[in-house]
Amino acid sequence: MELVRSHVLVCGGTGCTSSGSKQIIEEFETQLKNFDIDKEVKVIQTGCFGFCAMGPIVIVYPEGSFYSMVQKEDVAEIVEQHLLKGKIVTRLLYKETVEEDNVKSLNEIDFYKKQHRVALRNCGVIDPENIDEYIACDGYKALGKALTEMTPQEVIQEVKDSGLRGRGGGGFPTGVKWDFASKSVNDQKYVLCNADEGDPGAFMDRSVLEGDPHSVIEAMAIAGYAIGANQGYIYVRAEYPIAVHRLQVAIDQAREYGILGKNIFETGFDFDLEIRLGAGAFVCGEETALMTSIEGRRGEPRPRPPFPAVKGLWDKPTILNNVETYANIPVILLNGAKEFAKLGTETSKGTKVFALGGKINNTGLVEVPMGTTLREVVYEIGGGIPNGKQFKAAQTGGPSGGCIPADLIDTPIDYDSLIKIGSMMGSGGLIVMDEDTCMVDIAKFFLEFTVDESCGKCVPCRIGTKRLLELLNKITDGTGTLEDIDEMETLCNTIKSSALCGLGQTAPNPVLSTLKYFRDEYVEHVVDKKCRAGVCKALLSYKIDADKCKGCTLCARQCPVGAISGKVKEAHIIDTTKCIKCGVCESTCKFGAISK
Amino acid sequence: MKSLADLEAIRNKTVNKVGLRKENAEETRIVVGTATCGIAAGARPVMQAFVEEIQKRNLSNTFVTQTGCIGVCRLEPIVEVYAPGQEKVTYVKMTPEKAQKVVLDHVVNGKIVEEYTIGKAE
Ligand SMILES: Cc1cc2nc3c(=O)[nH]c(=O)nc-3n(C[C@H](O)[C@H](O)[C@H](O)COP(=O)(O)O)c2cc1C
Repeated sequence: MELVRSHVLVCGGTGCTSSGSKQIIEEFETQLKNFDIDKEVKVIQTGCFGFCAMGPIVIVYPEGSFYSMVQKEDVAEIVEQHLLKGKIVTRLLYKETVEEDNVKSLNEIDFYKKQHRVALRNCGVIDPENIDEYIACDGYKALGKALTEMTPQEVIQEVKDSGLRGRGGGGFPTGVKWDFASKSVNDQKYVLCNADEGDPGAFMDRSVLEGDPHSVIEAMAIAGYAIGANQGYIYVRAEYPIAVHRLQVAIDQAREYGILGKNIFETGFDFDLEIRLGAGAFVCGEETALMTSIEGRRGEPRPRPPFPAVKGLWDKPTILNNVETYANIPVILLNGAKEFAKLGTETSKGTKVFALGGKINNTGLVEVPMGTTLREVVYEIGGGIPNGKQFKAAQTGGPSGGCIPADLIDTPIDYDSLIKIGSMMGSGGLIVMDEDTCMVDIAKFFLEFTVDESCGKCVPCRIGTKRLLELLNKITDGTGTLEDIDEMETLCNTIKSSALCGLGQTAPNPVLSTLKYFRDEYVEHVVDKKCRAGVCKALLSYKIDADKCKGCTLCARQCPVGAISGKVKEAHIIDTTKCIKCGVCESTCKFGAISK
Repeated sequence: MKSLADLEAIRNKTVNKVGLRKENAEETRIVVGTATCGIAAGARPVMQAFVEEIQKRNLSNTFVTQTGCIGVCRLEPIVEVYAPGQEKVTYVKMTPEKAQKVVLDHVVNGKIVEEYTIGKAE
């Protein structure tokens, strides 16, 4: 009999894995053997805890001690002091959990306090490679309930009643989509999962797959039952090796248990799943391109209608949902639509997971009820902006979305409020920008991405975005004109209304929204030849304040192009024709005499 | 696995294991002092006896955890039991046999084993 009294949970998400969590797990196993307590303490590799800024993260239960930034060298101490002697190693606890000798529980720290974990309910709690642990957390119970107690139509009605909308970006009501597909008559239908996750900086779906793959498998089987499909495909990008591996392990385990395959739970319902790897093209996240790619052809979109619910994969009725959308489904069926709809706003129900990144203290994964304000996410959960800088804007929706400026920071985050202010929910990337961010440069960054990722099938996207980028480059180079700004606006609207798929139709959004809220910065670049954030290199020049310069010669020695001259103990000067604006002089000056 | 009953059986088998990682108000915590003084006095076999007994009886929501020195080293091994809706009970000079009795009488049947408590020892 296994006599386990304590669990050591080590985050095995991609973030913590790259900061060494594998070695930490091995070290725990070695040290537990050393102290001869390896039989009573179990080490479990889980999915992402979300608090990536503090990784690698180790949680010891039943105490719930939250150790952050654990190094391999710390492991022996945790094993000897905590696991053997019962003395928590305060030095390694996440600082906010320690308060006058009191150790606070995880749910009380700011990062987790306002969060509500529905889609991420099992992430960081269970071992994703162990189906029994998923079952212990009521896993596959919703599927059992659907198959034995509900008709397909009742399942669809429950999903409709929950108000769940697609988490992949579009926000289309999931139940309605399922209803369409269920009404299409055909001998073969398909259930697809979109795990392409192409939005730069977003990793919500990866974390669900890495931390709780069974929840997606269960939901897809439920969807299959609801629409009358017995085959599913999960389309994952090959750049997510850990997710792909855990998903395959999970599928194999589910098959072994008979939860996938023939005659599931002796109800006569058959369903099976396969993984399809994507090569990581952004456009392959678009539904029609994704299906074309699964069919083995070049991932290019096609016009809709016909919609996939009528003519999808191999021309059969198909539904496609996002990973996070699926992760919500078992909860809806088990606890009921009403319970699910208690969280959120009138038109956006439930929670949303965001990948919080950029200029923010607590980067990581957060799940909040819809309608939580941006301010709460940035300041309460995110811990504010580093180095005392000012919040300038946040970008949601990645390259398809827009920015939210500081004066709209109290906007509730839900589908409709974001659309109203010219941004969008998107799949959940949330990038925070501070005063050192140039908004023209940000627009350029996203546009460079879409120009790269445009598949080239339609002209507005292939050529239009390229021309748009050229105009942006003119502005950041200091050669733009005011007419260019107007022309950009016209071009944006043309692309939006004429591109074939969502990629092109949304590509101008970052430009339009920065123009809407930060037009003065564009004008400044053009008229004053000035970039206030000091980002656009062509527009800045370094100068030395003669009063502050002590003539120490440090900068002159560091300058890689010999652009600085001057005598010892006399003020130096920069030759701006030679200067390459690398900024080395500014960072080496001990007297703060050099500025942009 | 074939039926829903099989699913339920797997759930029941694993649920306590995962329950260890969830915080809830309904749980019973058995805290064993395992600092150097506790270990020297035999806290480890006591702790193991608790773990074994709990698993043998398949008690849900009951966990064994450790703590450092409670300060009355001469009474080690010391064990504190926190049951829902009850004051903390401190047992002293514990042995594996006493541990079994505490689980049966106190944790299962809700009857404090007075003779082992710190009040009786003092
Ligand atoms: C260019 C482009 C990229 C997209 N990438 C993704 C993606 O990575 N993941 C995703 O779930 N949806 C993505 N979508 C949205 C999908 O087309 C589709 O709306 C979604 O997967 C439907 O699932 P949902 O209703 O559950 O959100 C993308 C759309 C476009 C136009």
